[in-house]
Amino acid sequence: MTLSTPPARQSRDSVVIRFAGDSGDGMQVTGSRFTVETALAGNDLTTFPDFPAEIRAPAGTTYGVSAFQIQFGARDVMTPGDAVDVLVAMNPAALKVELKDLRVGGTIVADAGAFTERNLAKAGFPANPLEDRSLAPYQVLTFDITRLTTDAVKDFGLSTREAHRCRNMWALGLMLWMYGRDRQATIDWLRRKFADHADLARANVAVLNAGHAFGETAEMSEHLVGYTVPSAPVEPGRYRTVSGTEAIAWGLIAGMHAAGLEKMVFAGYPITPASLLLHTLANLKSHGVITFQAEDEIAAIGAAIGAAYAGALGVTSSSGPGIALKTEMLGLAIATELPIVVVDSQRAGPSTGMPTKTEQSDLFQAVHGRNADAPLAVLAAASASDGFAVAIEAVRIATKYMTPVILLSDAYLAHAAEPWRLPDAAALPRFPVRFRTDPDGFHPFLRNPGTLARAWAVPGTPGLEHRIGGLEKDYDTGHISYDPENHARMTRTRVAKIAGIANDIPLQQPALGEDHGAVAVVGWGSTYGAIHRAVDEAREDGLDVSHIHLRYLNPFPRNLGDLLKRFDRVIVPEMNNGQLVQLLRAAYLVPAEGLSKVEGKPFKVAEIVHAIEAKRT
Amino acid sequence: MTITTITDAVLAPKDYGSDQEVRWCPGCGDYAILKAVQKALAELGARRERTVFVSGIGCAARFPYYLSTYGFHTIHGRAPAIATGIKLANPELDVWVITGDGDGLSIGGNHMLHVLRRNVDLQIVLFNNEIYGLTKGQYSPTSRRGTQSPSTPQGSVEYPVSACAFALGAGARFVARAVDTQQAELVELLQRAHAHHGASFVEVFQNCVVFNDGVFDQFTAKDAAPDAQIHVEHGRPLMFGRNGDRGLRLKPGTLALEVVEVGDGGARPQDILVHDETNRALAQLLVALEPPEFPVALGVLYCNPAPSYDAEVYAQARAAGFGRQPADLDALLRREGTWVVEG
Repeated sequence: MTLSTPPARQSRDSVVIRFAGDSGDGMQVTGSRFTVETALAGNDLTTFPDFPAEIRAPAGTTYGVSAFQIQFGARDVMTPGDAVDVLVAMNPAALKVELKDLRVGGTIVADAGAFTERNLAKAGFPANPLEDRSLAPYQVLTFDITRLTTDAVKDFGLSTREAHRCRNMWALGLMLWMYGRDRQATIDWLRRKFADHADLARANVAVLNAGHAFGETAEMSEHLVGYTVPSAPVEPGRYRTVSGTEAIAWGLIAGMHAAGLEKMVFAGYPITPASLLLHTLANLKSHGVITFQAEDEIAAIGAAIGAAYAGALGVTSSSGPGIALKTEMLGLAIATELPIVVVDSQRAGPSTGMPTKTEQSDLFQAVHGRNADAPLAVLAAASASDGFAVAIEAVRIATKYMTPVILLSDAYLAHAAEPWRLPDAAALPRFPVRFRTDPDGFHPFLRNPGTLARAWAVPGTPGLEHRIGGLEKDYDTGHISYDPENHARMTRTRVAKIAGIANDIPLQQPALGEDHGAVAVVGWGSTYGAIHRAVDEAREDGLDVSHIHLRYLNPFPRNLGDLLKRFDRVIVPEMNNGQLVQLLRAAYLVPAEGLSKVEGKPFKVAEIVHAIEAKRT
Repeated sequence: MTITTITDAVLAPKDYGSDQEVRWCPGCGDYAILKAVQKALAELGARRERTVFVSGIGCAARFPYYLSTYGFHTIHGRAPAIATGIKLANPELDVWVITGDGDGLSIGGNHMLHVLRRNVDLQIVLFNNEIYGLTKGQYSPTSRRGTQSPSTPQGSVEYPVSACAFALGAGARFVARAVDTQQAELVELLQRAHAHHGASFVEVFQNCVVFNDGVFDQFTAKDAAPDAQIHVEHGRPLMFGRNGDRGLRLKPGTLALEVVEVGDGGARPQDILVHDETNRALAQLLVALEPPEFPVALGVLYCNPAPSYDAEVYAQARAAGFGRQPADLDALLRREGTWVVEG
């Protein structure tokens, strides 16, 4: 070791870090805290938590590896990043699983103390990769984080196990130093989190500081250098980080206010990755939310329908398998024309599939997955923060058109976080509902001639006592009817009502590029960031390509067919085996071509860029 | 929303009927139950605009269409879930669930279990005819072993579930039983069920004249009833019989009931058990009584109130600030972890 002055910080436009360790190593917490400090430093960012379905897989195994990836930078960051610049590996299994995504020349920060013979064997390493030459293509920084952590907490009287659990704070401290981040918000957070355990709070803060100080003072390696990542140019305003789950929860509340409704009844049944929404809303009762953990998925949507019937905003939430169970109830909501919002956090399937891994494969289920002719509205959130606006829009459409609305999110969006410029509540849209109160000429299927929505008449209203149900109803009286012509008329009316929503939503505009040209890349949902960045790069390379991103999946915006026909080729990247592409081909007879990814992981920008380049004519 | 009272006029039973033609088979026990419900509503002075009948699927589930209150004819087995949602949205509403043995104990058995366990403030009336009527006569979960039906031509080999034993097992805090044609008792039980806060479970033996006619004759036929039914009443000895001289007592040295004659040469009156409707163990013995050895127990078998689910949910919500002040969305979005980018 030679003594030298610390090298000056180097500047980077954007950086991708992946924190990886055992599922008990606290990698999600580490990533979340790094995210907050990075946001506070003014960078744009996108995160991607990637964790196993097992709650506590056996320690040291490859299938127990939990990871958290963040890309942050000085420009608009729209994806968690294709290739990892810095891999923090808390044990051999994490290195084994995550190394493939590290770019050549990237940095590995490893806890040498965890690379024991036993852990190496569990991860399937015949020899210690930190000591042989197998990691030569990378810059390897090894520290005995385990021992350094133990040293830092030796005065706090912690058990070995408790001390060991502080290792993630050491790694966090080092990474905060490496990128010149502050750590005060994390210190404050640790003190709040361990308010009842002062010793644990002090120990964790000490370890965090130790990791930071190590970076500040270490002279061990020319590789251990600090970086600066300038803040991103963003619009002035007040910001926070928001996950897709939080944005949807707050958007539902905002939608309820906008509709002038007094309360939301949110009913859910535990299912990965949708449960987070139930947890989030269970803590927001002061905002007019009543939450109900039902006995099953069917009861959850049943309670939402009952709540809507009684005049509240009825909401339920699940993931693909649970949505399948709710299907018959969706038919009831369609037949009785009651406004509910159904949030589907999609995951890889079929059946139980890969519960913690993301996919967009419920589009067919959302649009068509019911018995009989049973149309409803389908929307999708494009990013974590977009969940807020889409949830408001879901409530607007549900209450204005008296229909169930499915809001498609996914496992990635449920956890992903990004900075969000906070809207001014006073400036949000208003769409107050009017409950029917006038008994004169009332029957329950009396329709608004413009929207075709039936009257919302709520129990408790004198003079409007009526009966609804799943049996077909007479168009003119609302009584049960088996009349063949009436059924045809009611079927067409239900279809026309949903189709008519197309006249009440914005015309489709390209998200990037011209409204005509050689190639249109058409996406929906959480692929927004990757497609946008890919199209941006392709355009910088001189390609004639536009990005079209759909928020409305049913009905489509009414100009969509014309727009698509103005492009020579249409590419549809989806995290499924080709669903939107079929809907577009069926609706518009356009020769759209699919680009499918079904690996349980989001698209990389490069994958879409390659597809665009391959299609250039 | 505000609810205005337009009339407090006294309504007659017929005022609770709708203008819809009742379409049950002639002679169906459902007519008698409809009549009893309308009479009970009139005697309770139920406000039509605040009363909601929720049903699932089956013959019984047509019930809401024949009432002038609010009504929701839902899907098979799911009425308890929808009724729970209604109560969570508006606990002020008076909500009844109408179900049957197939609807409530087969396809909807899970919801029945949980709505009773949670103690949602509902009146649940289960019409038990021991058969699937609307689908043309298949055996049901309450059908006795040996029941021949289109799906069991050699007779059912399944053991039936007892509706009231199921309810008690699920943790129901009000369990009562009645016979469709015994109007006075049925009306009284419906009123008791209504007065109970929490989930009230009422099983009504209902005769299906088409697919299972006479299945309850063993204890409902006029000549058999006095000796085959016991009408329990809180605080009164468990006596029955055409001469009122038979009673139930604990068989000495066991945890089983036995029927004894009281009087000359028989048991002493003080040996006869006195009905205590708050005693769950006694209720479990009573619901299990079956002819011919025992009479069928009718009346309020168990009543032991506890705070209802909806009341507790709202108490918690209010403690957390629900409805206290106008919700402030800006405060929610800005409550922690925000930063300002200057222009």
